Amino acid sequence: MAALAATRPAGSRRTAFLRGRWSNAVLGAVGVIAIIAIWELTSRLGIVNPSYLPPFSTVMVEVLDLLGGQRSGEFWTALGMTMYGWSVGLVISLVLGIVLGVLIGSSRWLREYTNSTIEFLRPIPSVGLIPIAIVVFGVRPTATIAVVVWACFWVILIHVIAGVADVDPVADATARSYGLKFFRRARHVVWPTVLPYLMTGLRLCGTIALVVAITIEIVVQAPGIGAMIATYQSAANVTVVYALALLTGVLGLAINLLMRLLENSVLAWHSSVRAEVEK
Amino acid sequence: MRALKVTSAALALPVVIVIVWWLGTMNETNPFVPKPGQMVTDLFTVWVGPLMAEQVVPSLYRLAVGLGAAIVVGVALGLIIGSSRLARSLTGPAFEFVRAVPPPVLLPVLLLILGIDDSSKIFLIFLGCLWPILLNTIDGVRSVDSVLADTTRTYGMHGWARFRWFVFPAALPRIMTGIRLALPISIILMVVSEMYAALDGLGYRIMLFKQTFQMGPMWAGILIIGLIGILMAGLFRLVERRVLAWYYGQREMEKQ
Repeated sequence: MAALAATRPAGSRRTAFLRGRWSNAVLGAVGVIAIIAIWELTSRLGIVNPSYLPPFSTVMVEVLDLLGGQRSGEFWTALGMTMYGWSVGLVISLVLGIVLGVLIGSSRWLREYTNSTIEFLRPIPSVGLIPIAIVVFGVRPTATIAVVVWACFWVILIHVIAGVADVDPVADATARSYGLKFFRRARHVVWPTVLPYLMTGLRLCGTIALVVAITIEIVVQAPGIGAMIATYQSAANVTVVYALALLTGVLGLAINLLMRLLENSVLAWHSSVRAEVEK
Repeated sequence: MRALKVTSAALALPVVIVIVWWLGTMNETNPFVPKPGQMVTDLFTVWVGPLMAEQVVPSLYRLAVGLGAAIVVGVALGLIIGSSRLARSLTGPAFEFVRAVPPPVLLPVLLLILGIDDSSKIFLIFLGCLWPILLNTIDGVRSVDSVLADTTRTYGMHGWARFRWFVFPAALPRIMTGIRLALPISIILMVVSEMYAALDGLGYRIMLFKQTFQMGPMWAGILIIGLIGILMAGLFRLVERRVLAWYYGQREMEKQ
C-alpha cells in the first residue's frame, strides 16, 4: 500500500483530498470566511463608505439584537406576519392547484381546451397584481396572500397536470379491470404518480412564496419583514437593513431545507429518493 | 381540419372568459371593477403614444441591460467556476446562501448606494437574474458527458477551442433553463424597483394611476406588464427551439 502510494504522482494526493466529502465542506467554509473577511475589510479600511456597507461584525451584532435583544419583539412579530402570509398563501394555492390540476389533468379534452389559457395567464408577473390586490384588499395581509396565491397556484397547477398526465395507462387499466372505483383509483393509482410532481412544485413554491411575500411588504408596506426593511431604510439605519437581509437569507435556506426534508419523508418510498439513500 | 380543431381548442376558453367578464361587468358602476372594453380603450388612448416612450421604454431599457449583463456575466463566470472543482467547492455554500436572499431585499440598500436613477434598478435586475443563470451554468458544466470530455482531451482540444466547441454547447441546455428562470425575475424586479422608488417607468406610472384613483389606466398598465411577460416567454421559446434544436432532436431519437 505504502509502495503503491509512493509510486503515484505527487498530484494525486491533492486530487484525492479535493474529491473527499470533508474537503468540500472545508473549502466551502473557507469560501464563506473569505467573503466575510473581504466584506469586513472593505468596510473597515474605507474602500466602500461604511455608512453604505457597515462591517460584517457590526451587522452581526445587529442580527443578535434582532433575534434576542431590543428589537426582538418587533422582529419576531414581523417574521410571524410574513410567515402567516407565506403559509396561508401556500396552502390555498396547494388546495386550488391540486383540485383543478387533477380535474384538468384527468381529461384529455379539458387539457386541450385549457392549455392556451393557462399558458397565457401563467407568465403574467405576480407583481403586476400588487396594485389590484391593494385596491381590493387594502394594505393588509390578505393582499399579500392574494398575490402569493397567484404566484404559486400556476406552478402547482402545471406540476399536478403533468403528474396526472403521467399516470401509467397499464396501471390505470389494471385497476379498472380489477373493478376499483373512482376514489380508490385516485388514491392508489393517480395519487402516487402525482405526488413526486406535486412535491417538486411545492419545493419551488416555498421559495417563490417567500420572495413574493417580502416583495409586497417592501413595496406597499404590508406588515412583515419587508415593511420592516423599508422602514429602517427610510430611517437611514443601514445596519438593520443588512441584518434583516441576512436573516431573510437564513429564512430562505431554512425553508429550502424544510421543503427538501418534507419531500424526502413524503417520497421515502419513491425510487428517486431510495436510490439516493442507498448510495 | 386538424389545424381548425387545435385553433378552436386554443381560443374557446379565452373567448368564453372574455364574454362572461364582459356581460358580468356591463352594468357595473363600481369604478374598481375592470371592464374588458374599457381596459383595451384605455390601453390605446392612455398608454399608446407619448406615455409609451416616456414610461415603458425606460423600463424595457433597464430590463434589457440588467438581464443582458446577467446572461453574459452568469454564463462566463459559470463556465469558469464549473470547470474547476476547487472553485466549485469554494463558492458552493456562499452561493447557496446568497441565492436564498430574496433579491427585492437588496432594493433599499442599492437605492442608498447607487441612488434613485437607472443604475440601482439595472443592478438589482442584474443581481436577481445572475444567480439562476450562474448556478445552472455551473451545474451544466459539471454534468457534461464524461466520455465526451475524455474524447475532446484525447483529441487535444484545449483552452478556447474546448470551451467554444465542447463545454459551452454541452452546458447550453442548462444555461437556457437558467435564462428561462431569470425572465420572470427580471420583469418582477423591474416593476418592483419602479414601484418602490423611481422617477419614471411602467411600475412607477401604474402606482401613480392607483394613487390618483385612475383605475382604467391602472388596469391597462397591468395589462401591459402581462403582455410583456407573455411576449418575453414566447420570444424565448422561439430562441430556445432554434438554439437547442440539436438537443431536442437528440432526445427525440433517444426516446424512439
